[in-house]
Amino acid sequence: MSRELFKFKGGVHPPEHKAESNARPVRAAPLPKKLVIPLRQHIGSPAKPLVSVGDRVLKGQMIGEADGTISAAVHASSSGIVTAVDLQPVPHVSGLPDLCISIETDGRDEWMEHGPLDYRALAPADLRIRLRDLGLAGLGGAVFPSAVKLDPGATQHCPTLIINGGECEPWITCDDVLMRSRADEILQGVAIMRHLLGSTEILVGIEDNKPEAVAAMQAAAARMDFAVEIVVVPARYPGGGAKQMIQVLTGREVPSGKLSTDIGIQVFNVGTAYALARAVHHGEPLISRLVTVTGHVLRPQNFEVLIGTPMHVLIALAGERDGTTGVLMGGPMMGMPMPNLDVPVVKATNCILVQSAELFPPLPKALPCIRCTRCADACPAELQPQELFRFAKAGDFGRAQEYHLFDCIECGCCSYVCPSHIPLVDFYRYAKSEIWTREKDKRAADLARERHEFRQFRQEREKKEKAEKLAAKAQAARAQAALDQTQRAELAAAPAAGAAAPSEADAKKALIAAALARAQAKKAGAAPKNTDHLSPGTQREIEEIEARRAKIRELARQPLEPDEKP
Amino acid sequence: MPSPFIIDRSSVTQVMAWVLAALLPGIAVYVWAFGPGILVTLALATVTALAAEAAMLKARGYPAKPFLTDLSAIVTAWLLALSLPSLAPWWLIVTGTLFAIVVAKHLYGGLGQNIFNPAMVGYAVLIVSFPVQMTQWAGPLELTATPLTLAQSASVIFGGEVPKATLDAVTMATPLDSLRTGLLQQHTVDEIMTQPIFGHYGGIGFEWLAAAFLLGGLLLWALRIIGWQVPLAFLAGIWLTAGFLHFFDPGRFGAPWFHLFAPSVMLGAFFIATDPVSGATTPRGKLIFGFGAGFLTIVIRTWGGYPDGVAFAILLMNLCVPLIDQYTQPRIYGGAKNTKAPPA
Repeated sequence: MSRELFKFKGGVHPPEHKAESNARPVRAAPLPKKLVIPLRQHIGSPAKPLVSVGDRVLKGQMIGEADGTISAAVHASSSGIVTAVDLQPVPHVSGLPDLCISIETDGRDEWMEHGPLDYRALAPADLRIRLRDLGLAGLGGAVFPSAVKLDPGATQHCPTLIINGGECEPWITCDDVLMRSRADEILQGVAIMRHLLGSTEILVGIEDNKPEAVAAMQAAAARMDFAVEIVVVPARYPGGGAKQMIQVLTGREVPSGKLSTDIGIQVFNVGTAYALARAVHHGEPLISRLVTVTGHVLRPQNFEVLIGTPMHVLIALAGERDGTTGVLMGGPMMGMPMPNLDVPVVKATNCILVQSAELFPPLPKALPCIRCTRCADACPAELQPQELFRFAKAGDFGRAQEYHLFDCIECGCCSYVCPSHIPLVDFYRYAKSEIWTREKDKRAADLARERHEFRQFRQEREKKEKAEKLAAKAQAARAQAALDQTQRAELAAAPAAGAAAPSEADAKKALIAAALARAQAKKAGAAPKNTDHLSPGTQREIEEIEARRAKIRELARQPLEPDEKP
Repeated sequence: MPSPFIIDRSSVTQVMAWVLAALLPGIAVYVWAFGPGILVTLALATVTALAAEAAMLKARGYPAKPFLTDLSAIVTAWLLALSLPSLAPWWLIVTGTLFAIVVAKHLYGGLGQNIFNPAMVGYAVLIVSFPVQMTQWAGPLELTATPLTLAQSASVIFGGEVPKATLDAVTMATPLDSLRTGLLQQHTVDEIMTQPIFGHYGGIGFEWLAAAFLLGGLLLWALRIIGWQVPLAFLAGIWLTAGFLHFFDPGRFGAPWFHLFAPSVMLGAFFIATDPVSGATTPRGKLIFGFGAGFLTIVIRTWGGYPDGVAFAILLMNLCVPLIDQYTQPRIYGGAKNTKAPPA
């Protein structure tokens, strides 16, 4: 392939550690006794539960339906009985438990009725709904609902479709072995993506440390009835990041704050393409994925795992060893520590990395920043991390934003190269969350202020209207008196009554409005209470209401935004 | 503990150790060309710096070990020692080092917080306060009849009984001093350059020392300890400014090569102006910073009150760093063509 490649700025090359796990064949993990399936496994609204405790479910049955456009369904990974619909520990950065459906499997692994879809016969919109209901989400890590990304929209065209087989994080090999063993099905999935997006140029980017995967994909590409270019890209972290992959393959940058589709490019992970092929050609929802189990285990390897399988099952399969110091989900650069090993494998779980003191020695204590700008040299977003650090540390979040804090992709290159061993990414996460919190607080304060101002306005108006009413009455009385005196009642009284009547109607309206407002205020005041020990149903309802409210707030806020910026 | 969970092997200690290692060729040439006196100066400055660092860390309530082993105090000590006349009295070395570590480094907040290069602050204080003692340079051995031994050098430095005649025989004006004095006496550059102290490009011995610092600097660049921007821009600033003046009046202004091959220039370009803490951080900012320092060096050498201007030039550019950084913020990935951080 003689394609001209481009370079992304920055990046690092940590030890790859791929050979540990990519040599062994993929093994199917056994059916666990219990599956815990979180309803929130994708970006967007969590799925709404469709089953209750005691229900029998079949393998592949939808147990949580997509809620809104940016959402995806979740399914039972095997047949069994629903034992709980409640909060369970999940693999999430927050460390907070989330709503999950627990299934006690019956060992029969009994499929529900399912079959292939004729994707060419279906209208694109209908096909996308089917894909959403089959639970498809990006398996590269961000788990964005795939159906949304497969909608080219009215104005956006995606002439270029990039399939990301970069897998730049150390230790992880699930995409590598997937490409080696299931190249044909990956490209079948690509054919469906191409059909939906109308793409004319299809590029598969694979890092040059995966020659077997490249060979398998090239062989499969030769068997396809459409042109797919397999492009070997230099292995350099974070070359598997979507923005970096786009830059390397096309030389183009995704403008800050925009999506790749704005420049006519859509990117999918190879695992997503494979899942799409299984969904369309077999009618299988996304209930399993490849997971690399590696690091401090006896037999590092890749497993085909049912979503919901507890992580300790997989670690036991790979051979647990003494001296385990922790477990990460994902790679060492962007992965997150697991609070405990009962947490289930979710759609985003590409790797379970078992740590030991030898493989992951504790990081040395941080020294002050000496402004050496190695971080700036390593930053693929081309930021000035040393300045962001300075501002974040000083609590100067406004300046951090001016220095493009929100363009940080948290890849960890800066922390990796820092000779002072400063956990730089932590400071950026902290600054981002502080800014979000403050914006939320500000929004709440704005709302309260608006309410307060309206209340004042209303009280003023009521006062004024009362005064007017009194004045009108007094005038009427005076007019009456005058009339009595002058004996010209009919002629003079008519206009006075006419003037009083409309103001009386207004006052009535104001009274109703006031009552309504009072009722609303009462309701709002009562809302924060009784939020403990809710049933999942009520919790769901509250969440729905919150979501609607958030949307309204969002809408209400939009016209204000240009003024807020300095 | 959040991600990332792995780090590169580099450390501040490693960076500083490489800087010290890169100074070794220069020190070796120094001893070869000017005698072993510099070793006494280096040792005294090192001991003073470490003691001052330890005392200040204790006073400020910081743990001593991580900061003493980061080697930054020793780097400051060596840079100052190499800038001082090699037979300067002991109290001059101690005063300069103390000022560098206590005032310029710790009173500004310690490692990473100083806005001025500590070694250059120490140097500036000394040259302003003790101009006479700051001229006690050992002449090149090539021109000295009876060079001092290590013990004799130590004796001179520590104020021992040394016959004045011996001292006069070994100390000598530096080439830059000679140029300055000569020009003040209305001699032309060509006339001045016939004095024995001048060599091929710079002074005898001095040009070799400059070459050794250049070699060490190139090593730091090859190891990516320093970037190319500051040294190149600094040297370009010297060469272009001196060349411009020399082009118009070669009789009154020294040749650009002469200005370039002074040890202070090579030391300044590769070891002092590249100090990350007090230097500019953006790529374009580094170019401006380096060029400005080179330009000011020639301006001070030509019109200023001191024979050499590297220290003052770098200190003046240190002052400009926040401004330079703010107005040279680079374009980010996916950013508009000219993103400039708005004024504070």
